[in-house]
Amino acid sequence: MTNMPLDNQKTIQFEVMRYKPGLDDAPTIENFSIPFTDDMSVLQGLQYIKDHLDGSLSFRWSCRMAICGSCGMMINNEPALSCQSFIRDYYPGKIRVEALQHFPVEKDLVIDASDFVGKLESIKPYIVPKEERSLEEGEYLQTPRQRDEYEQFSSCINCMLCYAACPQYGLDNQFTGPGVLALLHRYNADSRDGAKEERMEIVNAEEGVWGCTLVGYCSEVCPKGVDPANAVNQNKINSTMDYFLHFLKPGKGKK
Amino acid sequence: MSSRKTYVRPMKGWWLKNPFYVRYMIRESTSVFVTLYAAILLSGLICLSRGEDAWQLWISVMNHPLFIVFHFLALAACLYHAVTWFKVAPKVAPNFYIGSRRVPDMTITLIQYIIAVVCYFLLYWIIWRF
Repeated sequence: MTNMPLDNQKTIQFEVMRYKPGLDDAPTIENFSIPFTDDMSVLQGLQYIKDHLDGSLSFRWSCRMAICGSCGMMINNEPALSCQSFIRDYYPGKIRVEALQHFPVEKDLVIDASDFVGKLESIKPYIVPKEERSLEEGEYLQTPRQRDEYEQFSSCINCMLCYAACPQYGLDNQFTGPGVLALLHRYNADSRDGAKEERMEIVNAEEGVWGCTLVGYCSEVCPKGVDPANAVNQNKINSTMDYFLHFLKPGKGKK
Repeated sequence: MSSRKTYVRPMKGWWLKNPFYVRYMIRESTSVFVTLYAAILLSGLICLSRGEDAWQLWISVMNHPLFIVFHFLALAACLYHAVTWFKVAPKVAPNFYIGSRRVPDMTITLIQYIIAVVCYFLLYWIIWRF
């Protein structure tokens, strides 16, 4: 894939986190010198290493166009999609590439995402129709304002950059975390959905929205313009309302 | 069978590793100054209620250079807190709509500044009027 022009070749230093499970006690940093062109992403730099310098380097990637959410990494200590980060923007400095922060490291730049995936499944990340409609009745209609309530949150690609940005998740991974709570809000805020009651139990829990201290870095690093901090903190209000409303609805007072 | 052996990185010193976290920690630590200032102000009120001698003593203590320095630090901390709070407030607020259009974050932040300025002038007016 990489056809390197030989004249005026610029090179940049990559400092890549390496970790071999079973062999290394802790991750180390390995240096690579990468020839690059202005159109190359950090992901392509890693692919150059794998193709030409060290085939044992492990990292995840798929679409190369910021939609699959697989190639999230720490680039110079900031969570970013490596396909979307261009080498030219770091030149002539170095590029330090590390596995996504706050997740257990499986090997090199590959992290164990099972905690995130488990949490994602737990929130029922799909619309549970409020009322069943037959096909003849037509589609579920929504006003532009109703759509506006959740639209930005539906852009999430599960890349987990917000988790790498969240120190509360790093300190205690019981916290449901920004991405999953933003997606939870995406469905709860949808006028067609009818599963809010069930999801509110996750919101209200100690590990739910109340684990957030509004650091706000999650919203800064999101590559899709989602604002998880907004979703989480709107739900602090919803959670408070929910708490007091339970007193007014006898028979529904679970907690 | 599995030879997985994941490595969990330590969190020690996390807040020093990113300027964003440092700013966050400064924002949170401003509460210490606000608490101390509130306690000092409360002690002043208590002294005021105990008569002129106590009040004069409190005033003379307040004139100590250390207290003057503290008050400047507390003012700076409060201003930093206010600015950062106004900035994040739209994230905490529910969605507001005018007609069918959502009120932009910038407007929410701006309205808070306007309210703050109005309050300051109101307070200033009350103090000098009465």
